[in-house]
Amino acid sequence: MSALAAALRKDLLLHWRTRAQVAAVYGFGASALLLFSFAVGPNAAVLREHAAGFLWLGLLLSSTLTLAESFHAEMEHRALEGLLLLPASARALYYAKAVANALALAALGAGLVPVMVVLYDAATLRIPALLGIVLLGSAGLSAPGTLYAAMTSQARARQTLLPLLLFPLVVPVLLGAVKATALLIHGDPMGQLRSWTLLLVCFDVIHWSLCGLLFERVVED
Amino acid sequence: MKADRFPYAMLALGLALLLWGSYWGLFLAPGETYMGDVQRIMYVHVPTAWNAMLALTFAFGCALLSLFRKDPVWDARLEAALEVGVTLSVLLCMQGAIWAKPTWGVWWDWDPRLTTTAVLVFAFGGILALRQFVDDPVKRATWSAVAAVIAYADVPIVYFSVKWWNSLHQTQSSPETVSRAFHWPLRINAFGMLFLMTGLISLRARLAALRREDESAGPLPAALPQAASAARGAR
Repeated sequence: MSALAAALRKDLLLHWRTRAQVAAVYGFGASALLLFSFAVGPNAAVLREHAAGFLWLGLLLSSTLTLAESFHAEMEHRALEGLLLLPASARALYYAKAVANALALAALGAGLVPVMVVLYDAATLRIPALLGIVLLGSAGLSAPGTLYAAMTSQARARQTLLPLLLFPLVVPVLLGAVKATALLIHGDPMGQLRSWTLLLVCFDVIHWSLCGLLFERVVED
Repeated sequence: MKADRFPYAMLALGLALLLWGSYWGLFLAPGETYMGDVQRIMYVHVPTAWNAMLALTFAFGCALLSLFRKDPVWDARLEAALEVGVTLSVLLCMQGAIWAKPTWGVWWDWDPRLTTTAVLVFAFGGILALRQFVDDPVKRATWSAVAAVIAYADVPIVYFSVKWWNSLHQTQSSPETVSRAFHWPLRINAFGMLFLMTGLISLRARLAALRREDESAGPLPAALPQAASAARGAR
């Protein structure tokens, strides 16, 4: 547990020290939200209807930049090999990195919510529930994303490979998060929010367990 | 039967059965009451669907064995099963679109089975792309096996999430759910496609294993001077 805490502290510190890059990714996500409106047109009702989808597409696109860079420091000067020599399991290193990435993505998502509210007039008063969905969705993107980032950071064409591998896999996260966010914005007369939240929870449990088991294999060779 | 003749025998048997089953389905079996001749695509569409899923399930098994046994044979089989499974899944989407246009009025619909198949194509196609960008054969084997396990585990979640989202596809066709007049062409084509798939996977796995041996031998310019000096030493 202390190894996990130490590795998490290291990863959060890395995110903090590269905050200029975090700000650039936020700018990318916000500009993506701006551009989506040009694809649909200036119809306020249509924009409001699709606001949840735009928010999550913006976060998904931004997540590839955050995730692709998450192993950058470890790959420089072969630091990952040094980390694996420490008395900490590879699983602890994975969970620390995945938690740090999930928190970074959740912060990014929470930061994009006001942009969505301003651009698409899609406000909700259920702020804690919305932040919970953002956290669950970010965790769903982070678990497989961190594992794939560990692989693709050592491969050629890593910027292309990561989204190619990640996007089809996170279709359930996108569906669950978009539906849950839309229900929070437009109201939930049929009580469907619970089902979509459950889908996100199931995805997170399966992928956090499976990816944690497989990470050791990815870095051992 | 000699092992090297096995894939060719499977291919020949598969093609013969497919020709026979397709002839039966196209010319001898009666047309369906409501859809007419459009329904006849079922004789290739349903066997393609079954065998695509079978190939990707075999890929999942190969991925697990490759991860735990570390034997390059299973990596070669994984590569072969992935390629054949993705090809069959692409064919499945194309056949589905050809059937959907006259039946549903659109080439594509966001139905659970269609969407799940499309997601499968991209998920497993991405693993084939990953294999192209990793030079180290050991890392390539491990990473593609890990990615295949995760992608396969994701399939049921994708299916149920899309099912909640939208559903239009008719219930699954099998010899038990269709009229007796349609049984035989469907069964013959299903076995034909199975033998064809087995032959293709066997041949492709053999090619992948030969390529792996070639990679392990090292690049030719480096190997040549060594061979030359060894020959000089022998003299």
